[in-house]
Amino acid sequence: MSSLLTIDDLKVHFPVRGGILMRQTAAVRAVDGVSLHINPGETLGLVGESGCGKSTLGKAVVRLIRPTDGRIRFENREITHLNQRQLRPLRRDFQMIFQDPAESLDPRMSVRAILEEPYVIHGIGSRDERRKWVDELLDRVGLQTSAADRYSFEFSGGQRQRIGIARALALRPKLIICDEPVSALDVSVQSQILNLLVELQRDFNLSYLFIAHDLSVVKHISDRVAVMYLGKIVELATAETIYRDPRHAYTKALLSAIPTPDPAAGREKILLEGDVPSPIDPPAGSAFGHRVGHPLYEQSIGLDLSLREIAPNHFVAADPCCLTPQDYEKISTVTPAA
Amino acid sequence: MSATPSPETILEVDKLITSFETDGGLLRAVDQVSFTVPARRTVGIVGESGCGKSVTAMSIVRLLPQPAGKILGGRIMFKGRDLTTATENEMHAIRGGDIGVIFQEPMAALNPVHRIGRQVAEVFSLHKDMSKKDAWDAAIEMLAHVRIPAPEKRMMDYPHHLSGGMRQRVVIAIALACKPSLVIADEPTTALDVTVQAQILDLMERLQQETGMSTILITHDLGVIAESCDEVVVMYAGRVVERAPVRELFSNPLHAYTRGLLDSIPTLETPSKSLLRTIPGMVASLGQHVHGCRFCQRMGRRTTVTRERPKFIEAAPGHWVEACPECTSVAR
Repeated sequence: MSSLLTIDDLKVHFPVRGGILMRQTAAVRAVDGVSLHINPGETLGLVGESGCGKSTLGKAVVRLIRPTDGRIRFENREITHLNQRQLRPLRRDFQMIFQDPAESLDPRMSVRAILEEPYVIHGIGSRDERRKWVDELLDRVGLQTSAADRYSFEFSGGQRQRIGIARALALRPKLIICDEPVSALDVSVQSQILNLLVELQRDFNLSYLFIAHDLSVVKHISDRVAVMYLGKIVELATAETIYRDPRHAYTKALLSAIPTPDPAAGREKILLEGDVPSPIDPPAGSAFGHRVGHPLYEQSIGLDLSLREIAPNHFVAADPCCLTPQDYEKISTVTPAA
Repeated sequence: MSATPSPETILEVDKLITSFETDGGLLRAVDQVSFTVPARRTVGIVGESGCGKSVTAMSIVRLLPQPAGKILGGRIMFKGRDLTTATENEMHAIRGGDIGVIFQEPMAALNPVHRIGRQVAEVFSLHKDMSKKDAWDAAIEMLAHVRIPAPEKRMMDYPHHLSGGMRQRVVIAIALACKPSLVIADEPTTALDVTVQAQILDLMERLQQETGMSTILITHDLGVIAESCDEVVVMYAGRVVERAPVRELFSNPLHAYTRGLLDSIPTLETPSKSLLRTIPGMVASLGQHVHGCRFCQRMGRRTTVTRERPKFIEAAPGHWVEACPECTSVAR
């Protein structure tokens, strides 16, 4: 199957400057060698703690941040090094939905102006056509057409997110990067927005990169899930597999930390000590092994900790600190995934 | 239900009414809210934004925005005395003394220009009249108590030196410094990662066992409620629509709003990409005040909205619900 988006060993490093000459003293390795692909009509979930680099990855994929290294291909076209002008026609195909619709919608523009803008920028349609399309968009995301003449601040959080979704849909994109699109919303509104995203995906064969920290939400909407830790993907599998059969210790800890809305479910929690370590000067070996003070940490320095296929379509980092001895033994014979 | 004798009550909120004066008139943010907090128990208050859960909590410690917020009725009985009639000086002694408060955003709760040590020690010198030296030592002990590693060193740090989880531990240390009998925690883990949330909830549970305090835990997360609370108060549009022991509430929700909330959250068990149940509309604006059932107002049912307010009845032992004929099955 030819994938819609392929990223290959992508790195995004930010310089840290200091001293009187503001020389670069270190680098924040926000994204540090990530390879992923997204198929047409598929949702790839991306989860991890704050500061793990998931939002940076999402922005780099659509070239809102310049990658330091690696390759991004969109429909078999290399877009890693395109300049902004070359990117513009391609921007129709990938759009973004942000966490806080209040901040991503211009308060001085009417909803109609916000939704018309993509057409204007790309020079599509006559005035009347655009008017008709905006009405259709509003209808499609469950808003009344009368909303067009109002301003975004007149709407509730859920309605504003619908406007954000309508804007993302305007140019009929193939891929939408959803960066925490429901985390600012109340639960009853959150479910409305999730339902809308699922329906739109079916209707338009959209692909989503769905970034969130709420694992139940990610599980619900994703076909495959990638777990990110300190700039790297540590486990990647179908949503079902990630939740039924997690292999990486970090995935297990993340899953066990989700509070279950069932008071009768007594579960053992894996309590992680400490916080996400800093992506400035990350540990040389297993980053997670370092956090939990794993006895095998010293051994992991210098090892190739890249993803390997442990079961069909189930990839996990070959990390002696984070796998059971059986899993590690099994996986160390597998060649690294392409 | 259970035959355990009812433990003593630490706090009883009775028909509390809190209003805000606005340009658009008087808004009733808390509309005759009643619930009790037993000793050594955690009572959760859950509801969507704007339902009045934080205003209820802030009414108890009288930290309402001034001059707009006013308690207009009801009683708040804390250990036998009515806090609504307490003087401002008395409230000063109670806040941070016998009632501790933990806020959502630890960065906003801590003073950015003072060292951690000074902010924790201050509580001891204010409430316990300790000498500077004693207060400092007590503060170190308190930081160790909330499992902050190397507390002597952290005393010299400023809030921005610490991570979100560590900051929240400092706020908890301040809230618990005077061994309060009641702690009010307003969304204490909402700003934190799930892994850190698990640490903080675990810490609060252990501290509760050690000190025997009661907790009011305000959250919008039903998962947190299920795991941390003994009893639950469900609020909608300024009113309590349902109140029950936690297992009873999750296994036998009686009010349509509670059921709607429970049904709308995806869990790890819901089939992927299945359509979630939703509650139509959004939380009613407090400006559109009605006498009748406020949830019927959201659902667009005219008849019950215009009638009088549904009675709050005990449908089963300890299980209270606002008995609207449309929203609850028991009312028929």
